[in-house]
Amino acid sequence: NYFIFFSFQQRIEIHKLRQGDNLILGFSIGGGIDQDPAQNPFSEDKTDKGIYVTRVTEGGPAEVAGLQIGDKIMQVNGWDMTMVTHDQARKRLTKRNEEVVRLLVTRQSLQKAVQQSMMS
Amino acid sequence: MSAAMDTESTYSGYSHYSGHSKKAHRQGRDRHKSPRSKDGSRSEKSVTIQTPPAEPLLGNDASRAEEGQDDNWGETTTAITGTSEHSISQEDIARISKDLEDSVGLDCKRYLGLTVAAVLGLLVFLTPIAFILLPQILWRDDLEPCGTVCEGLFISVAFKLLILLIGTWALFFRQPKADIPRVFVFRALLLVLIFLFVFSYWLFYGVRILDSKDTNYQGIVQYAVSLVDALLFIHYLAIVLLELRQLQPMFTVKVVRSTDGESRYYSLGHLSIQRAALVVLENYYKDFTVYNPALLTASKSRAAKHMAGLKVYNVDGPGNNASGQSRAMIAAAARRRDSSHNELYYEEADHERRVKKRRARLVVAVEEAFTHIKRLQAEEQQKAPGEMMDPREAAQAIFPSMARALQKYLRTTRQQQYHSMESILQHLSFCITNNMTPKAFLERYLNPGPTLQYDRDRWFSKQWTLVSEEAVTSGLQDGIVFVLKCLDFSLVVNVKKIPFIKLSEEFIDPKSHKFILRLQSETSV
Repeated sequence: NYFIFFSFQQRIEIHKLRQGDNLILGFSIGGGIDQDPAQNPFSEDKTDKGIYVTRVTEGGPAEVAGLQIGDKIMQVNGWDMTMVTHDQARKRLTKRNEEVVRLLVTRQSLQKAVQQSMMS
Repeated sequence: MSAAMDTESTYSGYSHYSGHSKKAHRQGRDRHKSPRSKDGSRSEKSVTIQTPPAEPLLGNDASRAEEGQDDNWGETTTAITGTSEHSISQEDIARISKDLEDSVGLDCKRYLGLTVAAVLGLLVFLTPIAFILLPQILWRDDLEPCGTVCEGLFISVAFKLLILLIGTWALFFRQPKADIPRVFVFRALLLVLIFLFVFSYWLFYGVRILDSKDTNYQGIVQYAVSLVDALLFIHYLAIVLLELRQLQPMFTVKVVRSTDGESRYYSLGHLSIQRAALVVLENYYKDFTVYNPALLTASKSRAAKHMAGLKVYNVDGPGNNASGQSRAMIAAAARRRDSSHNELYYEEADHERRVKKRRARLVVAVEEAFTHIKRLQAEEQQKAPGEMMDPREAAQAIFPSMARALQKYLRTTRQQQYHSMESILQHLSFCITNNMTPKAFLERYLNPGPTLQYDRDRWFSKQWTLVSEEAVTSGLQDGIVFVLKCLDFSLVVNVKKIPFIKLSEEFIDPKSHKFILRLQSETSV
């Protein structure tokens, strides 16, 4: 049994849900250039100061769109998210006049060797 | 320069030899007649070797050793010296003869040194006075009158001599406290220096003043004053050489007792080996726990059993490859599966438990005994119910209730030799007088104390020999090892230099202490 780590990029389109006066996406972010990268449980490189998805609420728009916990957000609607502060990231995601956000995320995946699956 | 400045090693030991030799005589004879438990433990050791019937060979060897021509005579354990009772009296004889020899010779040496130093000191002290008085006596009429200046100089001479006298008394007039093997180098040097100095002054005085009958009295008095000044400076030199130089610690010595491995560290300055040995011994009596031969029997019997367990038979005939044989024996002994470590472990655990149990009983008994005593205040003494007792009687009254527990505890920890009933009673009345708690009373018995705490008869360590590869008057160096031997054990002393310490400074501005928060916040969007 071989286990392979690889990462692939994914484009995810989330439609915001209106709750009262707010538009919510249904996930939580962590990270940023002003934060401590050593405490990030999802990053492979502990000096990575990017924005990561730390929680996805069940049944929320993000889960429906296919966002998973541990994803690193590379772009939001074309804006780069790899070198932003935590607050800047929050602002870019929660713009009041946007109903849809298109994210480019990087996800690490653990897959058994293709050989094994082919043989079985 | 003074009466008590010794040219030789003239300090008497902790045992004053003149008194000690007679005491040792009496003790030796007593030991001959009444074997004590020390003898008892030795004979116990010989029994354990000879009784096991499964090993008849060893028992036979011990008795047949003198016959020789035995195939196994190489194995008769030389480690066991006390297989017969005769060896005990041998040791006593050795002890007594050693005491006898030493006490006679050293007294003469010491007194000779003292008299020489005293004579020299007196001579030196009277010299300035003689310088001043001789012209007055011999050619008074020819002398120039010398008014105020001379009188001022007389006063200064008198006071300087007084200061010199007080300083010498403070520095050198001390009870000699040890007998050391060789001359104190610095003292001898100083005495020689003083002698030469005073001699040269007398020479000059005799030739230039006495012979030519110099009439300048002021000059003569000033000459005497210069002598006294120089003597004061020599006194200063003596202080620096003899006292101050060894105050700054330069070496750390490790002292290990050979019988049980107890070790201590001390800091010393620049001393000669013999003086370092003195310092070590002075500290030995107060720092090391008392030497207790009863505690060593266990390891000795283990060693005996270990040696006895393995026999090597020489099949090819005697005198064949003896060293190879002994090496093979040692290797085989190491590989042999014996359970002596098991025995040791369980024996020690058992002993621990027993000691703790007895200790608990003892503490309870003593606490209970102390509750029966109440101290009367001054006012209460007139109207006290019942009879009043002084401390000794009070001690005797409560002693029986704790005596048994104390006796059992001392037996278990093998200290019973060190405390007689009289000493326990004395200590008890001492504690009662000084309002001590039961725990304070027991402190002396629960832990073995330093040698000074016990009666001199139990010290086992009164006469010491310094064994050293370097000359004992040479100074301490890094790596020197010397041994202080007494009859029953020895102290191995290892000298190490205190390392040269490079200390550098680093300045930290108090304003530079700044901190940031390392956050990992999580925001839900």
